[in-house]
Amino acid sequence: MAKAESELGWKDLEIGSIVAEPGSAAQYKTGDWKTQRPVLDESKCNKCGLCYIFCPEGCIKQKADGYYEIDLSYCKGCGICAMECPKDAITMVAEEE
Amino acid sequence: MAKRVGIEVSLAIAEAAKLANVDVVSAYPITPQTHIVEHLAGLVADGELDAAFIPVESEHSAMSACLGASAVGARTFTASAGQGLELMHEVLYVASAMRLPMVMAVANRALSAPINIWGDHSDAMAVRDTGWIQIFAENGQQVVDNVLCSFRIAEDHRVLLPVMIHLDGFHLTHVIEPIYMPEQDEVDKFLPPPQYPLPLHPDKPLTMGAFGPPYIYTEMKKAQEANLTAAKEVILQCWQEFGSIFGRDYSPVEGYHSEQTKVLLLTMGSFSETAMEAIDKMRDDGKDVGLIRLRLWRPFPFAEIRQAVKNAEVLIVLDRAISFGGPGGPVCSEIRSALYNEDTRPKVIGFVGGLGGRDISVSGFEEIITRGIEIARTGSEQEFEMYGVRE
Amino acid sequence: MMADKIAFGKRLVTKEEYFSSGHRACVGCAEALAVRLACKALGPNVIIVNATGCMEVVSSQFPYTAWSVPWIHTLFENTAAVASGVEAGLKTMKRKGRWPGQEPQVVAMAGDGGTSDIGLQALSGALERGHDFLYICFDNEAYMNTGVQRSSATPFGAATTTSPAGKESIGQVTWKKNMPAIAAAHDIPYVATACPSYPFDLMDKVAKGVATPGPAYVHILSVCPTGWRCAPELAVEIGRLAVQTGIFPLYEIEGGQYKLNVKLSKLKPVTEYLKLQGRFGHLSEATIKEIQDRVDREYAKLMEKATAVAGSS
Repeated sequence: MAKAESELGWKDLEIGSIVAEPGSAAQYKTGDWKTQRPVLDESKCNKCGLCYIFCPEGCIKQKADGYYEIDLSYCKGCGICAMECPKDAITMVAEEE
Repeated sequence: MAKRVGIEVSLAIAEAAKLANVDVVSAYPITPQTHIVEHLAGLVADGELDAAFIPVESEHSAMSACLGASAVGARTFTASAGQGLELMHEVLYVASAMRLPMVMAVANRALSAPINIWGDHSDAMAVRDTGWIQIFAENGQQVVDNVLCSFRIAEDHRVLLPVMIHLDGFHLTHVIEPIYMPEQDEVDKFLPPPQYPLPLHPDKPLTMGAFGPPYIYTEMKKAQEANLTAAKEVILQCWQEFGSIFGRDYSPVEGYHSEQTKVLLLTMGSFSETAMEAIDKMRDDGKDVGLIRLRLWRPFPFAEIRQAVKNAEVLIVLDRAISFGGPGGPVCSEIRSALYNEDTRPKVIGFVGGLGGRDISVSGFEEIITRGIEIARTGSEQEFEMYGVRE
Repeated sequence: MMADKIAFGKRLVTKEEYFSSGHRACVGCAEALAVRLACKALGPNVIIVNATGCMEVVSSQFPYTAWSVPWIHTLFENTAAVASGVEAGLKTMKRKGRWPGQEPQVVAMAGDGGTSDIGLQALSGALERGHDFLYICFDNEAYMNTGVQRSSATPFGAATTTSPAGKESIGQVTWKKNMPAIAAAHDIPYVATACPSYPFDLMDKVAKGVATPGPAYVHILSVCPTGWRCAPELAVEIGRLAVQTGIFPLYEIEGGQYKLNVKLSKLKPVTEYLKLQGRFGHLSEATIKEIQDRVDREYAKLMEKATAVAGSS
């Protein structure tokens, strides 16, 4: 959507104020909510994918090499991935300035 | 050619919905709406109408199922009355705000307590601000014609709004009238299958009914208001086209001996027919009286009302509903408001009567008009008067 | 391995996210996780009808949407009725040749309040009428969206803002309404309980429910760190403990037949579950014993009904 949400006029709205762009929430970055962030150590990772499965944000993706990467622009820092990782490959570290 | 048949108005409504080839009917029984939906259920059961009849467990669900059916693009019809309409209340706002075209016949009924199954306009007035197009019918023919027109209006891509057709419970629903039922091929030409532009469909995933915070809610409401107001042009066009095809003309405000007449009575719904008799009788007695029948309630026909009463000195408005502790009848209140800033305007005198199925006879209308003229001359201590109430 | 799927043993899980990142659920929300997993199981050919509640608010703040499937929200209590209309509408249009393409599955989603309290009548009506749809209740055991008020799904002893613990109260004084049993009492073909802590079991049940002709009901326990006052990183672990203590057993009811999906040789004590949550922090040993006794009794009743099968997720 070209205009910022607070600049939208009534004539900009679709019929019934529907949202026509699927998955547009991806434009809303929730990454700045977090107070701690996950750090993944690939040397400990066995590619089991449980971090991917258990992420409430759906922000852990599998890479071409089968390892996983965490998109910190959405990660809210809940720490479930670190808690559930059977290999302790993920540690949570405090967000600092 | 269309045949004129003697038919109960409720059944005629169902037949009109069948002529419109509706896809989904979702309804819950309530007197005096029952004959409409019973007949529709029968038409579906007999294979005469290819539709889904959803016999829901409440009116709230009846209207909610209509939302769902309309959102996938199905032509959707329902009917309700009184308490049922009240139970639908919050859902009605959603239908209009989400621009879901559907048609509902409302067999107008009084509201509890005390429970009363008979007609008045309390239910209609309670849903006044739900954002629906609202039409009042005076007889069975008007209801049938307006069921067809309403689908055409509702589904017009410039409109895409739900339409309510109000008809008086029992006074209209349960009477047998001679009605011209249009032929199917005529209806098919007038009312092609619906093409909802933005249905729920996996090919184009839409989010309907998003959360609207303060930064956008006002714009959403303005869009809705502008849309409903603009619908009037489409309604007028539709009625004009209907008239040219079927030979019956409709307009938002209809006058009866109202041109250059000093004293006008304004009514809505089936009472208009009795009121016309009273006007005839009084005119025969040499009195300069006329009648205004308000047919289109939402969008409100400001220009037509102002034009229709501009030469009158007294305008007497009969409401069949009461706004407790307020200005009396909602219709009177709106008419007065519509005229207030006019340079010349009649005195507007309000009456409330015909509540809970109580009839008003020809002589009753004569009394209302005579008393209205008197109040216009002498004033009244009350904001409005209730007709026929015993002390 | 297919490029668009990830293999977990023999299972393939789609990489597609139909509930996208950028939703505004609280940190560690297991309900958002449950929705995400359910959507993976459902795939793209669905129409979702969502009740008012947490998931509606966090996913659809205009002009954004987390949904990549057709989705409609109208009101709080009418989800099953709206779904009835969607189902009837599209089936009729298909029959009349006016529905282009494949006929989608209809899925209703609501919270515990929207299901077991205010939406119960509409749900009962839709189940009784036999509409072909799946209803998923995401149960976080209170009205979380409005600030943690008790619902009929709130468990005994839990403190909420309208069932607070105090000198004269242990918090919620009623036992959790057995919603799956109510659904099953409608003699519908499929009822199941699930929890995102058992993600593959959850996805299997959602897939099975939606594929079942007629009404299906899946009740998903969703840990709410905000309302349950627990650490967000424990959201999955606490869900697991709900199952392992027997507080929230995972089972299916097909054709009236109960089947236990996670068979436990020995239940963990309920304290292991309760102690991790602030909402139970005030409970006395006597009340905890009361809960333990009740859980033991209910679990035994369920075991009697179930033909237990081996294996767990």
